[in-house]
Amino acid sequence: MGIALVALFVLLGVIVVWVIGIFNGLVRLRNQVKNAWSQIDVQLKRRHDLIPNLIETVKGYMSHERETLENITKARNLAVQASGVANQAQAETNLNRALGQFYLVVENYPDLKANQNFLSLQEELTSTENKIGFSRQHYNDQAMRLNNKIEMFPSNIVAGMFNFKQAEFFELEDEAERAVPKVSF
Amino acid sequence: MWEQIRSNRRKSFFLVFIMAFVLMGLGYVVGEALARQAGFSGAGIIGLGVALIVWLVMTLVTFAGGDKILLAVSHARRIEKQDHPQLYNVVEEMTIAAGLPKVPAVYVIDDMALNAFATGRNPDKCAVAVTAGLLAKLNRDQLQGVIAHEISHIINRDVLLMTVLGIMMGAIVMISEIFLRSLWYGGGRRSRRYSSSRGGGQAQLVMMILAVVLAILAPILANLIYLATSRKREYLADANAAVLTRYPDGLAGALEVIAHDGTKLAAANRATAPMYIANPFKKLKASAGLFSTHPPIEERVRILRTIGGSVSYAAYQQAWKNVAGKSAGALPESALSASESQPVRTAHPDAAKADKRQQMRQAGDMLRKVNEFFFLPCACGLRIKLPPNFKKDHVACPRCHRDLAVPVAQLAAIGAVADTLAGETPGRRAPGIPAAAAMAAPLEVARTGSGWQSFKCNCGSTLTLSPSFSANQIRCNQCGKTVRVKQA
Repeated sequence: MGIALVALFVLLGVIVVWVIGIFNGLVRLRNQVKNAWSQIDVQLKRRHDLIPNLIETVKGYMSHERETLENITKARNLAVQASGVANQAQAETNLNRALGQFYLVVENYPDLKANQNFLSLQEELTSTENKIGFSRQHYNDQAMRLNNKIEMFPSNIVAGMFNFKQAEFFELEDEAERAVPKVSF
Repeated sequence: MWEQIRSNRRKSFFLVFIMAFVLMGLGYVVGEALARQAGFSGAGIIGLGVALIVWLVMTLVTFAGGDKILLAVSHARRIEKQDHPQLYNVVEEMTIAAGLPKVPAVYVIDDMALNAFATGRNPDKCAVAVTAGLLAKLNRDQLQGVIAHEISHIINRDVLLMTVLGIMMGAIVMISEIFLRSLWYGGGRRSRRYSSSRGGGQAQLVMMILAVVLAILAPILANLIYLATSRKREYLADANAAVLTRYPDGLAGALEVIAHDGTKLAAANRATAPMYIANPFKKLKASAGLFSTHPPIEERVRILRTIGGSVSYAAYQQAWKNVAGKSAGALPESALSASESQPVRTAHPDAAKADKRQQMRQAGDMLRKVNEFFFLPCACGLRIKLPPNFKKDHVACPRCHRDLAVPVAQLAAIGAVADTLAGETPGRRAPGIPAAAAMAAPLEVARTGSGWQSFKCNCGSTLTLSPSFSANQIRCNQCGKTVRVKQA
């Protein structure tokens, strides 16, 4: 009788420790996902801040491309206001498309391409776009790991007990479409 | 990624344990042998203690300032974002991709050879260094591949592991050397004196032979463990770089450029070799031998090139098996399950049209700026670069042969600062250290003897006193100020 009781308590203790371990792992993952998301946010904000500078720099050179520039500004303003993972992804896709069109047009302005100010802005924008890409990649990796943990046995029991929610992926439209905007004649 | 690091840690502990065992065994046997030679036994434990103390001291020194020593030994200089925005941006990108908590410090090595290394015990306190040659010859994607490889070394804690193993190897080599040398120079005499007077000559002889054999074998064994680990870590860092950048061709291209460039790194030594992206010593046809810190570059390139359309550790492992023709992989099993397969991204648009000459010039200019060169613009459009220790006050433009006045005062101020800083740790000096402070102070010169004596005026021009100079002041021809002379 005594031995059985002790064994029961030991078993309970082991289970409690095990549940705590899984719970902590889930919390750590969830925080990593949050952290990764804030990284994306930082980079998106940085791009939103860079775009007015870019427009200001190129305005003098590209007076005939008012529409392209206005499109960028519009897309940028919409992206600044967007909230939620899915909405933001949609707004950023639109902004990417507007910028892609702009990069195509830039090829026609050799003066602009020689402008030091523009070149350094372009490096900044390129890098910021890369950073968005890499932080998205990092965020999606972390989100995938959290989601796997939430779905897989045995951690799904603990996740269900404490109501862990799956993280949304941050997906932009695929890169090929973004690089070559459709041109219709 | 983190599970992978945890498993790495377990394996690393095992390696470190073997090394420590070799070290302590060596210490024990050598101590015992030396003690028996001197006539008393049971002193092996003292030898063991000595070995541990040697190791501890070396560890403390390394951990107190190891990364600084490494950076100083390689003549690396810290740069900021404005010095080379592209390099800095690429480092930031890889920091984000790897999820490092902080952007590593960025250093540039003043060398036209192509190489790079990472240092720092943990991700909070780390640095990456690249040579100026690398900046001049690689395009953005290739640079990204190299930086990703270095950042991978940091997140896999390779720097820490290789440092710990390196220290142990150093201690083992040191103890063996000292023992063998002491035997060579002084051992024989003593042993003859005591062996006949005491019993147990047999045991003493056995102990001695054991110690000698161990002293010869232990360094070789330690070296082999060290190098095998180093090579494995290179493969893992390559795979990791491919996964981080999603673009294995970047690193592959960079390695090709590095392999085809013959310039040798001036400031590399054996201790720092495993930290670099490619072996800084071996030339083109590096052997895959047991005594190499890096796998052969051609093999690394071939593996990266055959990864195919999607990157993951598993794809790298498969490519490795195909190239090496072995069934066992180079990567730890834990890495394989750690990540999902991801499609390879497309090349950066700048990759194709990068202007090589422009890039070369930029890298050179950045280096000169960091090294405090003075940029003197000529009317013909050429910018003449003057080193900080430039002494003449006039220079002819190499293109149009105009005679240009050098702003000596400015240059001297820079030069003086450079001189005082030369002895300190390398690093970026605070911009604009005021030359005015030095200019304002009245200059006074003490006569050291009755011979010729020259000194620098505050404006930077050199004044010379002849043996017959007997006045108590002299006027500088350049700035017109009077300088007091104290006659001896």
